[in-house]
Amino acid sequence: MSVIARPSSLQDAFDALDAHPDAHLLAGGTDFMVEVNFGHRRPPAVVAIRRVPQLQGYEIRPDEVDIGAAVTWTTIERELAGELPALAAAARTVGSPQMRNAATIGGNVATASPAGDGLPVLLAAGATLVLASRQGERTVPFAEFVTGVKRTILQPGEIITRVRVPRLAGPQEFLKVGTRNAMVISICCAALLVDRVGRTVRIGLGSVAPTPVRAPEAEAYIAAEIDWDALSAPAGSVARFGELVRDGVRPITDHRGTAAYRSRAVQVIATRALERSLA
Amino acid sequence: MSASDPDRGSAVSDALHDPTTSDSRGAQGYPGTDGARDLPLETYVLSVNGRELPVDDAWVGESLLYVLRERLGQPGSKNACEQGECGSCSVLMDGAVVASCCVLAADAVGSAITTVEGLTGEGELSDVQRAFIDQGAVQCGFCIPGMIVALTDLLDRSPAASELEMREAISGNLCRCTGYGRIFAAFRQVQQERAHARA
Repeated sequence: MSVIARPSSLQDAFDALDAHPDAHLLAGGTDFMVEVNFGHRRPPAVVAIRRVPQLQGYEIRPDEVDIGAAVTWTTIERELAGELPALAAAARTVGSPQMRNAATIGGNVATASPAGDGLPVLLAAGATLVLASRQGERTVPFAEFVTGVKRTILQPGEIITRVRVPRLAGPQEFLKVGTRNAMVISICCAALLVDRVGRTVRIGLGSVAPTPVRAPEAEAYIAAEIDWDALSAPAGSVARFGELVRDGVRPITDHRGTAAYRSRAVQVIATRALERSLA
Repeated sequence: MSASDPDRGSAVSDALHDPTTSDSRGAQGYPGTDGARDLPLETYVLSVNGRELPVDDAWVGESLLYVLRERLGQPGSKNACEQGECGSCSVLMDGAVVASCCVLAADAVGSAITTVEGLTGEGELSDVQRAFIDQGAVQCGFCIPGMIVALTDLLDRSPAASELEMREAISGNLCRCTGYGRIFAAFRQVQQERAHARA
């Protein structure tokens, strides 16, 4: 193989990875190219997988949406807002229109940045990933996929083919804090999904830990406080939910924000997301 | 412009980008070539503005922006941030506006690429370009090709786009001179002209 493969089938992609085990798997390239442009990365070879049919398109099923890993944020933003409101809302905050036309959901997952905008939604929704290799397919919960900053359980020779996101009946919110309304890498973000059938509230948080995290204590607390028939909760309980979310994370200080700022901001957006979701 | 012109960007950058040299950084901040002797090279063809253009022995990591400007003689797309933040390198790829600095050129094979040079015929101005002149929307001009590409895309895709949609469409195109007001005015001028033409 030459140093770039542009496979149009999964088999060709596996062949290319066999020929170049050190090749970089390329989807939209919006993270990868920045590293290359700045000399931080020199790919010995590239396997560009955007043409593989198994990674394309989406299927809306009764209980989930099965999204191809090569589906762009633009498609999710424009076409899946009805089925997956929080994911579409997160999509609208990814980079600029130029980025969203290239960047893919599979790339967001594989890059596994602490600031990946789609990841808190996938975590809160209980998404699963389909990983394909020459040996076959395995389905893993997204919650087990990211193990650290830009670290995942993806094995050599393995490709993310599908991202399956459960459809939940209930309000959903995605809120993100940054220096402006567009083109921003999050200082912190929160996806809040209400499951009226299961009577749970799920919150996924980004940029407050090495991986996206949930706030189980806060979730359990508010689920018991909500009047599920009216979908309402006392103001004091909503405020307490925000405090519990804040107390459940240990953010760090970096060039985008301080730990103290992030703690405060995540409390505010968690509270706000819940307020907006309740009657 | 002659080949001996010291300002000729492609000659300068080609020398610095030559994988057989060891310069660490291109003149315009293009990818470094430390230890570049072993950089893998690739030969391919890109479809740019309706023409099939060969790219020979290019480093596989080169961005579409670099290849357009330095190998294919299409300098209309501008290079500034190289990280998808500024939008000055915006081009259309299969009809979608993308930041060419964040596209791997060798993966753009088979895609129809339209740069600002390809929006109209040689020596002609599009209605969007004309409106930018009419409204005085150009100051230093560096961001303008990207603005033109992004707004042309929106006007073609969504002729009746709202103020908010227009602002969103260029939310990834930074202009540090104009304050955007006259760019918005140019956009509205084209909207009105096209609506009038349809009526």
